[in-house]
Amino acid sequence: MHELSLCQSLIDQVQQLALTHGAQSVGLVTLKIGPLSGVEPVLMQHAYPFASAGTLAAESTLVIELAPLQVRCESCGAETEAEPSRLVCAACGSCHTQLVSGDEMLLMSVELITAEGSNHV
Amino acid sequence: MCDTCGCNITPGNREFAYKPVNGTTAVAVLKSLLARNDDQAIHNRQHFDRQRLLTINLMSSPGSGKTALLEATIDALRNEYRIGVIEGDLETENDAKRIRAKGVPAHQITTGSACHLDAHMVHEALHQFPLAELDILFIENVGNLVCPASFDLGQHRNVVLLSVTEGDDKPAKYPVMFRAADLLLLTKSDLLPLLDDFSPARAEANLRNLASTVPVMQLAARKALGLQPWLDWLRSELAWQRARVDRGETVRPRPQADGAQLHEAAK
Repeated sequence: MHELSLCQSLIDQVQQLALTHGAQSVGLVTLKIGPLSGVEPVLMQHAYPFASAGTLAAESTLVIELAPLQVRCESCGAETEAEPSRLVCAACGSCHTQLVSGDEMLLMSVELITAEGSNHV
Repeated sequence: MCDTCGCNITPGNREFAYKPVNGTTAVAVLKSLLARNDDQAIHNRQHFDRQRLLTINLMSSPGSGKTALLEATIDALRNEYRIGVIEGDLETENDAKRIRAKGVPAHQITTGSACHLDAHMVHEALHQFPLAELDILFIENVGNLVCPASFDLGQHRNVVLLSVTEGDDKPAKYPVMFRAADLLLLTKSDLLPLLDDFSPARAEANLRNLASTVPVMQLAARKALGLQPWLDWLRSELAWQRARVDRGETVRPRPQADGAQLHEAAK
């Protein structure tokens, strides 16, 4: 999708957080991304250094956790793994399923570094 | 759930919260990367609901007949509803001109090189529109089966078009887009007898594989064939939208918002 512009809005969020908490720089930035989010983790990693350059997050590291693709069956109640193009229940084959995990595109946490050292928020 | 009081921290994500590492502090955020767009989309939806308007986002590949569908729809509903159209394209006013030629207000958003509309572009366009004088607002998204699926514009329903000159495996190839459809229209169906490689049944089976139970309709807009089910769908959606607004409720397109609650419940 739009990994560079997503990275830019991610950096905006991270910068805002760093400023709010008076941090000097940023360590780990952790995202959770599912296969149905429309976001390509590899492209996100490529775009990140360009988006973060010259910001408080310039030295930060992007960590992307991959969310599993899981559905819950409304017919038999089973919770099973699925494929992006096949979201039917792996147990009974029903197409009446709900996505339990797999469309996440979340900023999970940001590690803030302050000059005085540890500063619990 | 909010982002201020800590109620968004669940057993499943608690490990990300408050994790001090060598003079550093980890802050839990749990915000969508598209948070800014989503906030704007909520604001747009409030605009629409205030005017008791039904807003529909049309998405498809380029050339699958979105504008032709709108022309046929305007012709059919001209005496019934007041329609407005927001057109999204990289360049040209061509589509907006086609719609205006039908005597309907149309605003063209030219995105330059951006391959989708976002909630901010739509919001700017709204100010060009007499929203109070409309019943149905169509947003014709940029022809693209990838990016538009991820950007909430504030619409109530997503309609995805798949023309029979494309592959019937498109839903399998572009699951993010087709999963977002509240209605799938198989367009240019008058060409089906000429095409030996497109099976409407296979297209529907590929959609069902995405756990989608939404209606699938065949129509040929330029021949005005098979329009009736689509027009009836619009009529009932508008009636539901008005009933919802009267109850003080609103609706987002698929995938439904309760998915987010399931995420929490699963943890």
